[in-house]
Amino acid sequence: MTEGRRSGGLIQVGLPTWIYLPAMVGALFVIVPLVAILLKIDWPNFIPLITSESSRAALVLSLKTATASTAVCVLIGVPMALVLARGRFPGKSVLRALLLLPLVLPPVVGGIALLYTFGRQGLLGHQLQLLGIRIAFSTTAVVLAQSFVSLPFLVVSLEGALRTAGTNYENIAATLGGRPTTVLRTVTLPLVIPGLMSGAVLAFARSLGEFGATLTFAGSLQGVTRTLPLEIYLQRETDPDAAVALSLLLIVVAALIVIASASHRLAGPV
Amino acid sequence: MRSIFSVAVAALGAAALVASCSSSQTDTASTTTGSASPAPTSITGDITVFAAASLKATFTELGAQMEKDNPGTKVTFNFAGSSDLVTQLTQGAPADVFASADTNNMTKVVDAGLVANDPVNFATNTLTIVTPPGNPKQIASFADLAKPGTQVVVCAPQVPCGSATEKVEQATGVTLTPVSEESAVTDVLGKITSGQADAGLVYVTDAKGAGDKVTAVPFPESSGAVNTYPIAVLKESKNPAAAQKFVDLVTGPEGQKVLAAAGFAAP
Repeated sequence: MTEGRRSGGLIQVGLPTWIYLPAMVGALFVIVPLVAILLKIDWPNFIPLITSESSRAALVLSLKTATASTAVCVLIGVPMALVLARGRFPGKSVLRALLLLPLVLPPVVGGIALLYTFGRQGLLGHQLQLLGIRIAFSTTAVVLAQSFVSLPFLVVSLEGALRTAGTNYENIAATLGGRPTTVLRTVTLPLVIPGLMSGAVLAFARSLGEFGATLTFAGSLQGVTRTLPLEIYLQRETDPDAAVALSLLLIVVAALIVIASASHRLAGPV
Repeated sequence: MRSIFSVAVAALGAAALVASCSSSQTDTASTTTGSASPAPTSITGDITVFAAASLKATFTELGAQMEKDNPGTKVTFNFAGSSDLVTQLTQGAPADVFASADTNNMTKVVDAGLVANDPVNFATNTLTIVTPPGNPKQIASFADLAKPGTQVVVCAPQVPCGSATEKVEQATGVTLTPVSEESAVTDVLGKITSGQADAGLVYVTDAKGAGDKVTAVPFPESSGAVNTYPIAVLKESKNPAAAQKFVDLVTGPEGQKVLAAAGFAAP
């Protein structure tokens, strides 16, 4: 069933037709549940449900904390990706595996780990308490939980972009007398802006959806630590309609992010 | 064009196949029927019990007891929050017995027409204050929870332990300002055993189950919010005789003994 097509002298290999079958099953697997949620929405009450005080508080908190977490991820993730992509030191592959571990850890494990680090009885809890810093049950805890689980997404995506971009331009810039910091600022980073953007979008989306680590580490209080996923989980107990409406809200926000990043990638270089 | 159409049809067929596979898998996972040979006089066969998470320890023990007393029976459990179980039951999950942590959720199942006979109350549970071991903040009464600087964790009003907490607040006139309102009583307990908060409100049975990881501080006002646990055989039961036998075991002297040992009070 393989087709060959002539275009500009090159023979392009067509896709085998059978591949559409599993691909379509996969597409349905993703799309049907989304449609099922749409069908379950209580449309007449949709607006009151998503604009209730607790819903608004959760949405605002989610957007604020996800933004803060993304900023944290960019601030510490960019240097990490640079070191992993360009640095030379022994044990780098082991270090990379460790740093990317939160990617495969269940978030609740991340929450427990954070608890025993920043919690009152945790590794740093005592020192933090001496400084008068209380992290448990605060919005800071939410941001920490989200950053912990989202950081590897940004690092992986930026490191990949750095490796793909290669070092040719950087070497030329250095040959022309550019100092490392100047090369980094004027050559390396501009080249990987699309990779950085998609990494940041991934980190933001992951932060927005963070549930397990937040629940375990930060607790749940309206306007302080109860983000949208936690609010959905709680509403489900008594008001399934509200839970479904809020789920759709989260889907819409996530879809907007995906679309925004896709259009940016189309507009961006390469 | 024709081939695309046939591919689409095949894809839908495959999706249906996947769906039916997965649903039959859940069926076998939750009911596992027909492994024992039927005997007309004695109780035999498999039953699935949907029970509130707080019943895990006691019901697991009673299930083993039932299997021992009636060779050829097998009791499978699904422990979760009562409202989760109600959702699963109304969505058609196959089960023989439902035991709820409150009458509210049982009423929902009764109203949905899923219950074979009237639910029977078999236990009650009350709230208690728990603190980290040794009670470092010297909490002695419910009113102490409202003292400034005391970090209190409670259940959210949406879940049964939270509505019980609200009742106690109304009865005592003490308004709490919790640092967190958790969606499950186990999360409240977790915040205390990990030393994150100074005090929390959980059920007596949770405190007992946590052993020396917490210190329980009973308070008299807890009698104002008693949670009653009802149990019932479900209409869809494929094995109503064995289901009734399990309900009898729970409500009978043997079941009551096990429940009392875990901290439950008689209804």
